[in-house]
Amino acid sequence: MNNVINGVPLNYYILLSAILFTIGVLGVLFRRNAIIIFMCIELMLNAVNLLLVAFSRYLSDSSGQVFVFFIMAVAAAEVAVGLAILTMIYRNTKSSDIDVLNKLKW
Amino acid sequence: MITQYLFYFLSVLVIFSALMVVFSKNPVHSVLYLIVTFFGIAGHYFLLNAQFLAAVHIIVYAGAIMVLFLYVIMMLNLNEEVEPHKPVWIKFAAVIAGGLLMITLVGSLKGAEVISKANPENTNIGLVENLGATLFGPFLLPFEISSVLFLAAMVGAVMLGKKEIH
Amino acid sequence: MVVNYVWLIPLFPLLGFLITGLLNRKLSKGLTGIVACGSIAASFVVSLLIFLHENSTHAIVNVPLFDWITSGTFKAGFSFLVDPLSALFLMIITGVGFLIHVYSTGYMHDDDGFRRFFSYLNLFIFFMLLLVLGNNYLIMFVGWEGVGLCSYLLIGFWFKNTSYNNAAKKAFIMNRIGDLGFLLGILLIFTTFGSITYKDVFAQASGFGANNPTIIAITLLLFIGAIGKSAQIPLYTWLPDAMAGPTPVSALIHAATMVTAGIYMIARSNVLYSLAPVSMEVVAGIGLFTAIFGATIGIFQNDIKKVLAYSTVSQLGYMFLGLGVGAYSGAVFHVATHAFFKALLFLGSGSVIHAMSGEQDIRKMGGLKKHLPITHITFLIGTIAISGIPPFAGFFSKDEILAHAFAHNNFFWILGLVGSLMTCFYMFRLYFLTFHGKFRGTHEQEHHLHESPSSMTIPLMVLAVLAMVGGFMGVPDALMRNSHWLSGFLSPVLGLSFTGLSESKELSLMIISVALLVVVIGLAHVVYVKRGQLPAEEGAEISPLQKVVYNKYYVDEIYEMLITKPLNMISSIFDRIIESKFIDGIVNGVGTMVNKASGGLRLMQTGHIGFYLFAMVLSIVLMLFVKFF
Repeated sequence: MNNVINGVPLNYYILLSAILFTIGVLGVLFRRNAIIIFMCIELMLNAVNLLLVAFSRYLSDSSGQVFVFFIMAVAAAEVAVGLAILTMIYRNTKSSDIDVLNKLKW
Repeated sequence: MITQYLFYFLSVLVIFSALMVVFSKNPVHSVLYLIVTFFGIAGHYFLLNAQFLAAVHIIVYAGAIMVLFLYVIMMLNLNEEVEPHKPVWIKFAAVIAGGLLMITLVGSLKGAEVISKANPENTNIGLVENLGATLFGPFLLPFEISSVLFLAAMVGAVMLGKKEIH
Repeated sequence: MVVNYVWLIPLFPLLGFLITGLLNRKLSKGLTGIVACGSIAASFVVSLLIFLHENSTHAIVNVPLFDWITSGTFKAGFSFLVDPLSALFLMIITGVGFLIHVYSTGYMHDDDGFRRFFSYLNLFIFFMLLLVLGNNYLIMFVGWEGVGLCSYLLIGFWFKNTSYNNAAKKAFIMNRIGDLGFLLGILLIFTTFGSITYKDVFAQASGFGANNPTIIAITLLLFIGAIGKSAQIPLYTWLPDAMAGPTPVSALIHAATMVTAGIYMIARSNVLYSLAPVSMEVVAGIGLFTAIFGATIGIFQNDIKKVLAYSTVSQLGYMFLGLGVGAYSGAVFHVATHAFFKALLFLGSGSVIHAMSGEQDIRKMGGLKKHLPITHITFLIGTIAISGIPPFAGFFSKDEILAHAFAHNNFFWILGLVGSLMTCFYMFRLYFLTFHGKFRGTHEQEHHLHESPSSMTIPLMVLAVLAMVGGFMGVPDALMRNSHWLSGFLSPVLGLSFTGLSESKELSLMIISVALLVVVIGLAHVVYVKRGQLPAEEGAEISPLQKVVYNKYYVDEIYEMLITKPLNMISSIFDRIIESKFIDGIVNGVGTMVNKASGGLRLMQTGHIGFYLFAMVLSIVLMLFVKFF
């Protein structure tokens, strides 16, 4: 078996990432609170990160880990702007419920 | 062997806390569970010999991003009482959709070919030394450009966050 | 090697066009004239060098400039072909073009559109040079369309006059009919030979053998293009109307250069035509018919430019007759001499019109001999040259064509001779009515009569000299052995052509025709000078036959009735039924359908983010599903 990392098959990492990603998607669909949805998006990003690191380790290629760095950078920037937008919205609507934001239609 | 046990333990921890993020009624609990999830993922990074990345992960996510989340939640004073809820049928639909996605993802990965290893086994790629060489070698330009992204994000956050002038 | 600089030749007029066209008002009239004439003069110098080089080497040189179109197996390089044929045409175009440019600086001096005129003229020279220089049919087609465009622009140069605009449109549309034939011919060439460069096509064509139906189809289609551009029956009616343009334009485009593009094209494709005797017969027949037809109309016209226009139609007919009976170099020879004397005649008529303050009716002229001495002498030289009196230019070229026609079919020779006699008659009629007798115009016009400025008379004199001695480049063997320089010069492209007639026979043919010509001149002299007979006034009683010819056989009216009217009728039917019912119905129906469908679909656009997220996730699932299962 060559697709094994430290005794753990690569498939397991893929499966774990898939599960984490699905939980993130589930949270986005499940909740109405914008902040929770935001956190679920972070969860999805992390699922991908985990997969990238696993592949990087498996292929002994450090590019994957550098990608993780960039994803973290984007995530940090995104959170900063996103939360600023959320506070803005809360200030205007007194709510963090995404269903309040239904003006964007025909 | 120990790594395998650690892997299973961390995986269960991560999945459980991730589910709790979604299903906790109180947003503050969600954030705390998310921090646990991130620690679990950091543990996975350790297992994968990405020590530096694990450290950065904890600093950035648990240290910075989650604090920011917590801070915003507390500032907006969100709690269980004001937490909005979707109707049951939508929650049901959400679970079905998520399940469908899961099945499709796993199913599509099932038939995937295993990539053969191109490089010789090297457990040291996660060390700062090697990672730095890659980051400041082929990825120097994207690295420098990402600083522009940060600048833009910073300006954006300040602009959005300040009080509107009437 | 000088040949490699051939790209300079079309470049100069293009630059001239850009400068005069773009700077327009910023340029003074004098500077515009210098730029326009200078660019053509520069081209002429390069052409002359190339011509001299060709004269000594007779080389056929391909000068690639750049890849133009490459698409699959279709390749069209932007390359120039320098050989004796194109070198000769370069000389005619730039030489005569330069003289006419100089003439125009005088003729158009008081016109508001002076700069516009020169930019068009330079553009025309550019396209004409492209036409003769290209090494494949596509570049020829580009030049072909380009000269058509310039012809349109220059016929309608005085665009405030509706009838001039109509003449321009008529020329453009009739040319379009021919161009379609030409284009189809090119396409057929490509599908048959897989190439459009002359070299490849001609190399492969010989493998097809004579009377191959494809070759016949190609040659006939190309000939349709030539009919349109070179004003042959049935597409000739645009040329007389094209006289609406300024006279230098008539001289340059509608006599010396553009209308001979059809002859150039067929001479260039002589390899193909030689393989298709049927097409040759068609070319000769249409050419001969046009020659006589145009000449008969010319006899009864009273507009000085119209007479020359029908004469051009008729002379072009002779050239096609020459091509049709295999006298390729004879036809090209006639192109050259015709360029000299017809440009001379048009410019002379321009000088007359200039002096008469725009009057073009010869019934109002007469006795201009003493007022316009230079114009008179040069016009007389042109008249003698076109009539074919030795040793002027027209005699040699026309004789060569007629000799070949005689060798081909005696009947052709008789008809050709009749046409030539008529040419002689109407040209001398024109000359006598214009320059002899008493002045018949108004008193003011007589007072105003003056010789043209030197910028106009010098080109006249140069052309007159050329019309006198131009014929000596092709003296037939019957008169002097081994002195047919032109035929030898062109032989690498067109091959040598022999009539097969004995020298005594050829000589007797010449004597017969010259004798008859002299008789005809005498007749014209008696009728129009001795008796002083004048063409009938408008509306006067004339014999029915004369009336038919005077009205140009009512060809325009017949076209109007047979083609234009039914076309208009069909168009209006299409407009009322197909357009309004079907096409509008389809267009509006599509609009209505989209409107209705979107009215339903837009309800999905609820504005609820939750709904959008669901849609997104399900779409991703669907995409993955489609991709992997």
